Amino acid sequence: MNGTGSMTRGQAAIGLLIGAVVLTVAQYIGWLPNWMHRLPETAIPNFAMVLDIIFNFVKDDLGLLTFTRTLTEGLEWLLDVSGNIFYGKNRWPNIGPMPWTGLAAIAAVTGYYLGGWRLSLLGGGTMIWTALIGQWTIAMQTMSVLAIAAPLAFVIGLSLGIAAWKYEWVDKTIKPVLSVLQTLPFFTYLLPAVIFFKVGPTAGAVATTIYAIPPMILMTTLGLQKVSSEVVEAGKMSGCSKYQMLRHVYLPSARTEILVGVNQVIMLCLAMVVLTAFIGMPGLGAKLLAMMGSFKLGRSFEIGVTIVLLAVMLDRMSKAWVVKQPEHFERGTPFWKRHQMLLLGAGLFVGFTLLSLVLPIAAEIGRKQDFSQGKELDNLIKGFLDIEVVKSTTWFLRAFVNVKILIPFRDFMLSIPTFAFIMLVTAFALSLAGRKQAVLAALFFSLVALSGWWDRAIITLYSVVAAVTIAAIIGLPIGIIAARSEKWSTRVLLMCDTAQTFPSFVYLIPAIMLFGITDIAVIFSILIFAMVPLMRYTIEGLRTVPPEMTEAADMSGATRMQKLWNVQLPLALPTMAIGFNQAIMFAFFMVIIAAFIGTQDLGQELQRTLAGTNLGKNFVLGICVSLMALTFDLTIMKWAADKKRALGLP
Amino acid sequence: MSADTPVISCKNVWKIFGRDPKKFLATMDKGLSYDDIRAAGYIAGVKDVSLDVHKGEMLVIMGLSGSGKSTLVRCFSRLHDITGGTISVEGQDIMSLPEKELIDLRRSKMGMVFQSFGLLPHRSVLDNVAFPLEMRGQDKHARRERALEVIKLVGLEGREDYFPRELSGGQQQRVGIARSLAIEPDIWFLDEPFSALDPLIRREMQDEFLRLQQLLNKTIVFITHDFDEALRLADRIAIMKDGAVEQCDTPDQIVLNPATEYVRKFTEEVDKARVVHAGVLVDPKAKGTGDPIDAKLTVHKMARMLVNDSRDFIPVTRGDNLLGAMPRKAALDILLGSEE
Repeated sequence: MNGTGSMTRGQAAIGLLIGAVVLTVAQYIGWLPNWMHRLPETAIPNFAMVLDIIFNFVKDDLGLLTFTRTLTEGLEWLLDVSGNIFYGKNRWPNIGPMPWTGLAAIAAVTGYYLGGWRLSLLGGGTMIWTALIGQWTIAMQTMSVLAIAAPLAFVIGLSLGIAAWKYEWVDKTIKPVLSVLQTLPFFTYLLPAVIFFKVGPTAGAVATTIYAIPPMILMTTLGLQKVSSEVVEAGKMSGCSKYQMLRHVYLPSARTEILVGVNQVIMLCLAMVVLTAFIGMPGLGAKLLAMMGSFKLGRSFEIGVTIVLLAVMLDRMSKAWVVKQPEHFERGTPFWKRHQMLLLGAGLFVGFTLLSLVLPIAAEIGRKQDFSQGKELDNLIKGFLDIEVVKSTTWFLRAFVNVKILIPFRDFMLSIPTFAFIMLVTAFALSLAGRKQAVLAALFFSLVALSGWWDRAIITLYSVVAAVTIAAIIGLPIGIIAARSEKWSTRVLLMCDTAQTFPSFVYLIPAIMLFGITDIAVIFSILIFAMVPLMRYTIEGLRTVPPEMTEAADMSGATRMQKLWNVQLPLALPTMAIGFNQAIMFAFFMVIIAAFIGTQDLGQELQRTLAGTNLGKNFVLGICVSLMALTFDLTIMKWAADKKRALGLP
Repeated sequence: MSADTPVISCKNVWKIFGRDPKKFLATMDKGLSYDDIRAAGYIAGVKDVSLDVHKGEMLVIMGLSGSGKSTLVRCFSRLHDITGGTISVEGQDIMSLPEKELIDLRRSKMGMVFQSFGLLPHRSVLDNVAFPLEMRGQDKHARRERALEVIKLVGLEGREDYFPRELSGGQQQRVGIARSLAIEPDIWFLDEPFSALDPLIRREMQDEFLRLQQLLNKTIVFITHDFDEALRLADRIAIMKDGAVEQCDTPDQIVLNPATEYVRKFTEEVDKARVVHAGVLVDPKAKGTGDPIDAKLTVHKMARMLVNDSRDFIPVTRGDNLLGAMPRKAALDILLGSEE
């Protein structure tokens, strides 16, 4: 790469940087003509219209709509069945709803089977809380969609994963699609779902399913590739046919990875199913949306707790399933003993169902019987916010940080001429990663400029950069300090693990509670969401520094600070960069959801498109977000990989 | 096929790894060395190997890691497709077999034991052992019965319901052995079966293996990197280096007449007296006097007699046949080293 006649990477990057500065200064002095600052309207091609024409062609002329509407009917039937079973929707088979006591018993027994008393308490407790707080029906509405979407995503993901493992061309086609899908804002999933699969639960289920498929594909492929060659050969020597190999050798041997995929499918489904409230899907998400909209913070908080409990329960149980290994029974163990947990669960369920026939409260907790403390919590929250210290802190943050730092920063970013900005990003990619990434960065940001949504894109980017920066300022020191001791590392990691299972929607609750509907609430919600991976990877990076290196530093007489700066941080940096990257991806995700609080960025426009049928615009907006996110993703991951190789880390 | 057709016969077998091995083999000069081939961007896993395995024989393939021994044995069962040459199993060219017949061959004739056991982690001991039977569609009752039989044979009775991870390494390999024997194969491949075990267990498993072989008398291809193990078990040893067979002969001959410098280095440290048998030292034309000795005795076992006896030529018999006589000096030379 070193200059053979031409400039080195670093020099080129500095050149671009100087160019950008010159342009920006010219803009401030007022020398820059307007068309150099922003692309003139006339230069912007109407991507949205072109996309619309294509969509309409595919939708109507190619008959995709008829096809998907047929699918819709099948899906609707499935959702009706699960709706009936979970919350008594008036549809075939008309046997539901299951009594909450019965379900609580099943959750408790399943928890005990998978992970002992603690999981049993978590499972049963979650169900009892949900029922007592009076959210049983809406929770079951959510669960009824989850019960269809998750298995669907599992089956599709598993099949595609197997196909990608088996056929190289499938793998090559799927990989780029997956990386785009994973950065595409979720609003972009929603509108096509609505157009092709009708508003409401069906569209919600489709969007949820599609959203949850990618990790399942990746985990399946990974698991199948990891099966040891001797096990494969043993299968072949046992005379397996191709199908037998897959069914009896590959899939069971990849059990762990596949179950990790199942865990991720469940968690993504839950996160998404809550968000589908934006397209009129009833359930916990819709209720939360309504409560936050009318600023009923107490109730919002309660729903948030329910969502979090459900998430933690599903996560812990599916993770416990991953590590659960088969145990042998002594010869001659009777049937009931081998299957005692199954029998206990079934028995309790039947028992409670019968009980609920005579005792209505065991079946359902009525409107006036619940223990919801919405009003009281509201007052409590108001009281808390009124405490002098809290009040002055939030006021300081609003008045000082927002007005003196964040808003000027945003205005500055907006003042940079489009070309200068593209040059800056290119310089960033060039200096960190390389020529290929720089070209892509320039291309991606030029496309964003051509989309005609530049200002909104920059505001989106501003929120991301501001939030991730603050998250780093707070999160990195916490990570570094926690990494010092085994005890604190485990604690903080556990906290991060748990926080990561929360559906992103609930992060809005504390933000709105503390800061109301303001800019700083947006930044705050992104910030806490993005802090999780930052802390986590910092700790992991520091903890995995090989002990002989820190010991060598100790024996060289390094102080704790010297050791940190000269040994631990440099070695942990690649891992920390991955955390940083994830934080940025999370931030791009959250900033779109924060549109709900009220922003002026791409997310806001995206949310607006949901009300109409403007698929072209929806896609242009979504792809803008995706392109910006991909630029960071490509650059930082390449840098981390290079650095790791240079350091000889695994 | 006649009685003396070799069970496995391979002629000029090549296995080359790389981008387009077939084309490379077709155009390359057959005299290229291993390093020449590597410089061309290919790896010669098996390099022009010809050898036969006879019925009831135990052939041990010995070599260091990377010498191609595991690749060669995988060519015998067509886990690897060979690049050039022919391999026939019981007179049938296995490279020409369609997939279905290949599967049938493995289901009825071949068993294989792996270095790291290759057990299916989600299946109990019983189900692992019954796996090949299940694959060929035997009914549940019959395969359970047969599986229990082999489990008993390898001494794992009572552990049928355990899962692999609940067993020690030695026990896991017993499961691997039981599985490979479940279909009553004629040909038994063992790929470094005892290398992953610690030395004490290894010794015990070797004894166990010899006991099984005496019971079953199968045609065996056994792979090892341990020369002592090879000497202990083999009827014949093939020593491999860089994909090629350096020498293929009985242990006695390898120790007495190493064909190449490489083989000689292996034999240097070996106590030849424990390897060489009376039968090998026989001069068929010589005539001895007095009581004959058995051809299967090693020099080591005859040591006391060799020192005390004063005959120059000792008659040697195999069964009832008189083979000739062994010069006592030759045996003493092996025991004590040559005079100079």
